[in-house]
Amino acid sequence: MAGSEVELLDFWASLFGMRVRIALAEKGVQYDYKEENLTNKSQLLLEMNPVHKKIPVLIHYGKPICESNIIVQYIDEVWQNKYPPLLPSDPYLKAQARFWADFVDKIYDAGRRILNTKGEEMEKAKTEFIDGLKVLEGQLGEKPYLTGESFGYADIAMVPLYCRFYALEMIGKMNIEKEYPKLIAWVKRCMERESVSKSLPDPHKVYEFLLERQKKIR
Amino acid sequence: MNDEVILLDYWASPYGMRVKIALDEKGVDYECQAENLQNKSPLLLKSNPIHKTIPVLVHNGKPICESLIIVSYIDEVWHDKSPLLPSDPHQKSQALFWADYIDKKIYDVGRKVLWEKGEDQEMAKKESMEGMKKLEGELGNKRYFGGENLGFVDVALVPFTCWFYSIETRGNFSIEAECPKISSWAKRCVAERESIAKTLQDPHKLYDYYVKLNP
Repeated sequence: MAGSEVELLDFWASLFGMRVRIALAEKGVQYDYKEENLTNKSQLLLEMNPVHKKIPVLIHYGKPICESNIIVQYIDEVWQNKYPPLLPSDPYLKAQARFWADFVDKIYDAGRRILNTKGEEMEKAKTEFIDGLKVLEGQLGEKPYLTGESFGYADIAMVPLYCRFYALEMIGKMNIEKEYPKLIAWVKRCMERESVSKSLPDPHKVYEFLLERQKKIR
Repeated sequence: MNDEVILLDYWASPYGMRVKIALDEKGVDYECQAENLQNKSPLLLKSNPIHKTIPVLVHNGKPICESLIIVSYIDEVWHDKSPLLPSDPHQKSQALFWADYIDKKIYDVGRKVLWEKGEDQEMAKKESMEGMKKLEGELGNKRYFGGENLGFVDVALVPFTCWFYSIETRGNFSIEAECPKISSWAKRCVAERESIAKTLQDPHKLYDYYVKLNP
C-alpha cells in the first residue's frame, strides 16, 4: 500500500503474530495490519515469505522480515531510540533472553501438539508442556518478569500463550491456573501493559476457533 | 584481557563445531572440555541445567547455551575481528532467518534421514533435498552465504557438511549431484578457512561412529 512504511501480515489467533503486535505497540510504531485468510493466502504473503508462506511477516519499506522472534529483534534494533528496549544491550543478558525465547518455542510446540493430537501422542505432549511450565515457574522465582526487572523479549515470546490457557485446559484436561501461581501472577502483570492486553484476543473466542479447527483435522 | 573461555563439547556434534569455527575465526583462546555424553560432567549439568546438552560456552564463569545463540554472543563480544552477522538490521534478520531455516529444515530433517526408517525416512529424504535446494538458491553465485566473507549462515551450515557422507550413504542419494553449488561451497570453506578445515571431522570417521550406534 503506497505510503505505508510498516505493514504486518498476520492472523488474529496466531500466537506468533501477537508477539509482533506486542513489540510494535511497545515501541509505539504505527502500522497497517493485514488479516490473512490462511486457507487462501494473499499474493503479497506468498511473495514476501516464499520459503515458509507463513504469517507473521513484517514489511518495512517494502522489505519483508519473517519468523516472529527475528521480527521482534528487528523491531528492537530499528526503533532502538524508542523506549523501552526489548533486549538488553549486555551480550550475556541478551543471550539469556534469547535462550528463554527459544525455550518458550518448545513449550509452544508442545501446546500445539496437545491441540492437534490424541491418545499417546497427546499425553506425551502434555508431559512436555507441563515440564516446560514448571521450568518457567522456577525461572520466574521472585522476579517480576522472566529475565529480570523489566518486561522484554522472553516475556513477549511467552505471554501470547495466555490466550490459549483456557483452550488448553479444556482440551488437554489440565489446570494451569491452580498449578502455576507465579506464572499466573506474571501473566496478570504483563496484561496490565496495554501493548499486551490489546494484542491478545478473548480466550473464549480462541477456544471456539481451536475447537472448530480440531474438528477439521481429526 | 584475561578472559577465561571454556567450551563444553562433543567431538561429533555439528552444533559444537559451529562454536569452534566462530571462536577460531575471532582468534579467541579457549579450552575445550570434551564431554562424555553417557556421563556428563558436573560443570555441564550446572551450566546447562535445563537441556543438559552441549555445546555450552562458559565465559568468565558465565554459561551460554544453544549453538546459534553462542555464535551470536561470540560475534558481539569479539566484535572487532571477522564480523559474522551484518550490522544492517534487515540483512541481519535475513542471516538469522536462514540460520533458523538450517536448524529446522536441514539439521532436524537430516537427523531423521539417519534415525528414521521406511516412510518417515523417505519423507525426510525428500524434505532434506528440498531444503538443500532452497539453500542453494539463497547461495546463488556468492562466494559464501555471507557474501565475499564468511558469515553467520556459513558457520551455521558448514559443520553439517561433514555429516553429508553418512546421510547420503544411509539415504542412498547424492547431495553433490542434486546440489552442486552447495557441494562446491563446502569444499571452498574447507580449502579457504583454516578454522573450518581444522574443526570439521572426517566424514568417514563420523559414518563409522554412526553405524555403530545405528547398524
